Amino acid sequence: MPLTSVVIVGAGQAGFQVAASLRQEGYEGRITLIGDEPGLPYQRPPLSKAYLLGKIKETALLFRPADYFDTQRITLIHDQATAIDRQNRRVLLSSGDAVTYDHLVLACGAHNRPLPVPGAELQGVFGVKTKQDADVLAPLVKKIRNVVVVGAGFIGLEFAAVAAEQGANVHVLELGDRPMARAVSADMSQLFRQAHEAWGVKFDFRQGLTRIEGSDGKVSGVVTSDGRTLPADLVVFGIGVIPNTQLASEAGLAIENGIRVDANLLTSDSNISAIGDVACFPCLHNGERPTRLESVQNAADQARNVAARLLGKPTTFNALPWFWTDQGNLKLQIAGLSTGYDSTLSLGSAETQQFSVLCFRNEQLIAVESCNRPGDHMAARKILARPPKLTPAEAAAEGFELKAWELANRD
Amino acid sequence: MPTLTFIEHNGTEYKVSADIGQSAMQAATFASVPGIPADCGGACACATCHAYVDEAWLQHLPALESTENDMLDCAIERRDNSRLACQLFVTEELDGMVLRLPAAQF
Repeated sequence: MPLTSVVIVGAGQAGFQVAASLRQEGYEGRITLIGDEPGLPYQRPPLSKAYLLGKIKETALLFRPADYFDTQRITLIHDQATAIDRQNRRVLLSSGDAVTYDHLVLACGAHNRPLPVPGAELQGVFGVKTKQDADVLAPLVKKIRNVVVVGAGFIGLEFAAVAAEQGANVHVLELGDRPMARAVSADMSQLFRQAHEAWGVKFDFRQGLTRIEGSDGKVSGVVTSDGRTLPADLVVFGIGVIPNTQLASEAGLAIENGIRVDANLLTSDSNISAIGDVACFPCLHNGERPTRLESVQNAADQARNVAARLLGKPTTFNALPWFWTDQGNLKLQIAGLSTGYDSTLSLGSAETQQFSVLCFRNEQLIAVESCNRPGDHMAARKILARPPKLTPAEAAAEGFELKAWELANRD
Repeated sequence: MPTLTFIEHNGTEYKVSADIGQSAMQAATFASVPGIPADCGGACACATCHAYVDEAWLQHLPALESTENDMLDCAIERRDNSRLACQLFVTEELDGMVLRLPAAQF
């Protein structure tokens, strides 16, 4: 039966890309893109950096202008999907309407893990997830004196760099013992810690907060786990996200740290796919372990994979994960997943802030983290896309360069 | 409003209008020019907006910065006139600029 109606729940990076790829590859049927945020689909990465600083305008966030959705016959619905009627293949909306599908793509994304402390509801306490968040935060960034950042992950540190650049006193609380511990090696953490400290950012590791204090409904300070009160006119938290699985779970789809999908990104219902931040898939670059990735690359590549399958060209999803974060003058690019690395080698030097860390597990290269060495990152993406043959011994040789090795070892 | 011309590897031409200050990458993606996946959305992080800029316009382009240069180093078939379209912000002088797209991005 030919496909005549694809419905996509979630109009972020993943959801938008499914619609765009379907049209680009020649699909002629109906496409319905359901998003619960106002406006046109937009990119999130600049929200915590360039957009916040006013370096790029609102239109630069958009994937496509408004007329694109008309000319490409992509019906954009601003509403909340409330239920999936799998039997009749319908998505129910809070407006009371329903949309029927031949195939449904769940690209529902994730929401910020809330700060579980008293005072989190005070004015001046922010997570940064949506454009709306950034629009409220942006004018404050120029005025703040004291900011407490909770969580030293990508979002927290991107914001810390922005705030420090604006001259604010920035204090970062982190439960772990180093920055970006979930994402990068200890050596790379150290480089970023030193850079932030040089910009005036203060870190408190192994430290949480017990409450946020305020007056007249506005935040005034943060009480740390060890009982100190830090002054704050702004608190920004980035302590991870929770996948938006409720819709899928109520519809009886298998859930496991997100919506569980197979190697073709299909859920336990073969008429429903799940992609992006909400999907937990067997990742070939992580030993086929169930993996949920929160990244632009993963969202876009999974979207293209599903679009190709729906148009009769199924392939096992095997895209190499890659990530980036911009903090001050530092561009960190990561190729592969370093989970469980047991040895590292570095290229360049941390002092010059041009530094790459090669992460190995069982003598096999699994990830490369590059700070201000984009050439290493690009070479690493090529090397890691196939089972890499680069050994630690080769990489340790005097004068070793990833780019030269990649050129010499192409098939 | 300046106009840019993108030419796909197979010779298909796309004439695209661009706003002053908009990146050539976004002008192309807004017009759905194929062959520019622009995965990172213009953060100079992915090198999937590689284009060859016709000679006449090279003098009007901003200088190549080190990040863009290093990213291009690893692009497929880099040439002297290779640029990343996300780093080219449209000015009046760039009206009519022709950008040719490589057969494969990265």
